[in-house]
Amino acid sequence: MHPYIFSFAGGLLIGAAVWLLLTGLGRVAGISGIMAAAIAQPRAGAWRIAFLAGLIGGGLLFARMFNVPSVTVTSTPLLIVAGLVVGFGTVVSGGCTSGHGVCGLGRRSARSLVATLTFMIAGAATVAVIRAMQ
Amino acid sequence: MKPQSTSARPLLIAALAGVVFAAGLALGGMMDPRKVQGFLDVGGIGSDRWDPSLAFVMGGALLVSLITFARVGTREMSWSGDPIALPTRRDIDGRLFGGAALFGVGWGLSGYCPGPAVASLLIGGLDVACFIGAMAAGMLLARWWQTRAVNSQGADA
Repeated sequence: MHPYIFSFAGGLLIGAAVWLLLTGLGRVAGISGIMAAAIAQPRAGAWRIAFLAGLIGGGLLFARMFNVPSVTVTSTPLLIVAGLVVGFGTVVSGGCTSGHGVCGLGRRSARSLVATLTFMIAGAATVAVIRAMQ
Repeated sequence: MKPQSTSARPLLIAALAGVVFAAGLALGGMMDPRKVQGFLDVGGIGSDRWDPSLAFVMGGALLVSLITFARVGTREMSWSGDPIALPTRRDIDGRLFGGAALFGVGWGLSGYCPGPAVASLLIGGLDVACFIGAMAAGMLLARWWQTRAVNSQGADA
């Protein structure tokens, strides 16, 4: 089978998780929002801790099952810089690839479309700079 | 069954949603930061350097998400008895552009957005743990900065 079939099926599963969290709990599956609220107010919503635990445990299980390689694409100091701006930027703009990209576009939110186009363009520009420096 | 906080059912639903989300990320190849960078490498479009996987993942996820949110308007309560809590903000301002741009830079640099990073915590070793720790610090910093900005402007939220 063509590898993109698996990519598309993976996307359908992510969509199924969005459906389950919304229909089951009434919550939007935006990972940055869930994580930011979970670390700032851990007692305010136990469901967030449960969701993150499922994501971490499931990540271990399915990475083994689907032979996901453990690789990083840059040095540890640059990963720390990247983590800082990902955390800061997603909270300030109110979402990440899941919250704006999957759920926000699914709600047909103009705000999320603007955010998604912006982080896609910034990501592409960053990779272009990295490639130019290599 | 009594809904809401005393029941374990909402926690099971949330945990299951997390597991299914992780399955989708792993199957879709999104836990491999090379594939994410490979997609963002738009200079490679037209050659075999470009990896369109992420577009197929987004397409599949968006298909289900569009149907889900189109249908959810017809129901008022979730299975747990909690109301459906949809985002209400519609403002498009400098913070949306600036925050999303910063996020995009970190995403391009590392190949990680928050979901795949968290899902990789137990397979990615110290590097991924450092990324997640820094991301948590960035989130807390942003929350502190936003509260401070709101306070100094007075109550205009």
